[in-house]
Amino acid sequence: MVRKVVRGFYAVAYAVKLCRPSVICAYPITPQTEIVENLAAMYANGELENCQYITAESEFGAASILVGASATGARTFTATCSQGLILMSEVLWNAAGMRLPIVMVIANRSLSAPLSIWNDHQDSMAMRDACIIQVYVENNQEAHDMIPQAYKIAENKEVMLPFMVCMDGYKLTHAYEPVDLLEQGMVDSFLPPYNPPIKLTTKDPLTFGCYAPPHCYMEFRVVMQRAMMRAKKVMEEVFKEWAELTGRNWGGLIATDYMDDAETAVVAMGSVVGLVREVVEEMRKDGKKVGLVKIRSFRPFPTEELRKVMKDVENIVVFERAVSFGHEGPVAIDLKSALFGHCNAKVYSFAVGLGGRDIPRDLIRKCINNAIEGKVDEGFHFEGVKEFEEVII
Amino acid sequence: MKITLGAVSKPYSALKMKTGDWGTHWPKVDEELCTGCGTCEMFCPDMCIEVVKVGEEEVNGKIKEIKKAKVNYDYCKGCGLCAEVCPTNAIKMELKDIYKV
Repeated sequence: MVRKVVRGFYAVAYAVKLCRPSVICAYPITPQTEIVENLAAMYANGELENCQYITAESEFGAASILVGASATGARTFTATCSQGLILMSEVLWNAAGMRLPIVMVIANRSLSAPLSIWNDHQDSMAMRDACIIQVYVENNQEAHDMIPQAYKIAENKEVMLPFMVCMDGYKLTHAYEPVDLLEQGMVDSFLPPYNPPIKLTTKDPLTFGCYAPPHCYMEFRVVMQRAMMRAKKVMEEVFKEWAELTGRNWGGLIATDYMDDAETAVVAMGSVVGLVREVVEEMRKDGKKVGLVKIRSFRPFPTEELRKVMKDVENIVVFERAVSFGHEGPVAIDLKSALFGHCNAKVYSFAVGLGGRDIPRDLIRKCINNAIEGKVDEGFHFEGVKEFEEVII
Repeated sequence: MKITLGAVSKPYSALKMKTGDWGTHWPKVDEELCTGCGTCEMFCPDMCIEVVKVGEEEVNGKIKEIKKAKVNYDYCKGCGLCAEVCPTNAIKMELKDIYKV
């Protein structure tokens, strides 16, 4: 492996190239665009063999093209975010129901209105219930590594579901980081060619996602839920195989630090995990029994894993990058439902850094300390918000 | 019942793919009440109910055909028009077994 200082875009695009995709189709949207621009350049330079690069008229078109391509047995890739993902959503629900293992990178960005191009997790959270696997990565090396693993998991016969690799827009996509770039032989040995049990051809026409009246619709939903639950085991196996192959162990559905004797568990997803880990390490040096739980797989949700590590903690602090308006943060909602009846800890959740608002180290430390010292109420809070007055024009 | 991966199905024409399971209810004809008048046949939008000869009877020394309404359940979509227009209330819409939970 060669270590190079590259941007997040390139780390992802290069990994996609090594996975030998057959069809890439996308529509530009900041901060995703340079991922597919890199792939377009590789395609133009003849580096992508046996691949079609298709430019679409919209994200809806891009996703639709990939549904057709994937049904023919093509390995497919797209990348999008924010409004683009929302425009794709109609198609993506179909892709999930048709059990098409389309792999996409979501360069997480906030949603309008008000218009914002900056980073939070609101876009991918809106796709939470679509039966699409969602893994959140912490840095560009993990994003790079996740691409071949995503294909291997999504294309597993026990799974056959679309896969979203969620990487924070700007914070990862635009960041230069040293990345150990994979080699073609390594990826080829890890990832077999995609050979689905059913392929759409002109000689053998098929209907995908056909009409299901009330007397059989529910059974299809049961089967999808089973596939999602089976994915947990497949993911653990693939993550383990990856760790053995590359020597880089990113953990399972969750990854933990200092959790063995922790009294307070701090939960986070995505790039903010790096900062939270540093704060946890500092607090450990001060003698505070704090541990970190990084949720890697948000769907399927790591219910059993969280129950196991949270068994004896007293406080849980969740850093949210999105809001389920009218309730609270989506991570805390799921976490609480997973722990109900299994853990008596107080749960504090803090929405931070929405729409690209900076997340200072002191803010993270303050939130954790306030929770430990009981200075805030349990439940949901916005943190890092300025004083303001609600007015009409 | 077989649940295919991705709800994938082979394409068929209506000759092979019976569309009759779309509806939740189907019409059941009470032959005691049916007079074979043919009102239902006239109103059926899918040509799925037909008045057919089921026998003969002798009335005042003349041989007369006995006619009753017969439903084509392969394609009846269960709209219920026939039951609505039947002058003798001989047709009742019944919930199909596959829709019973």
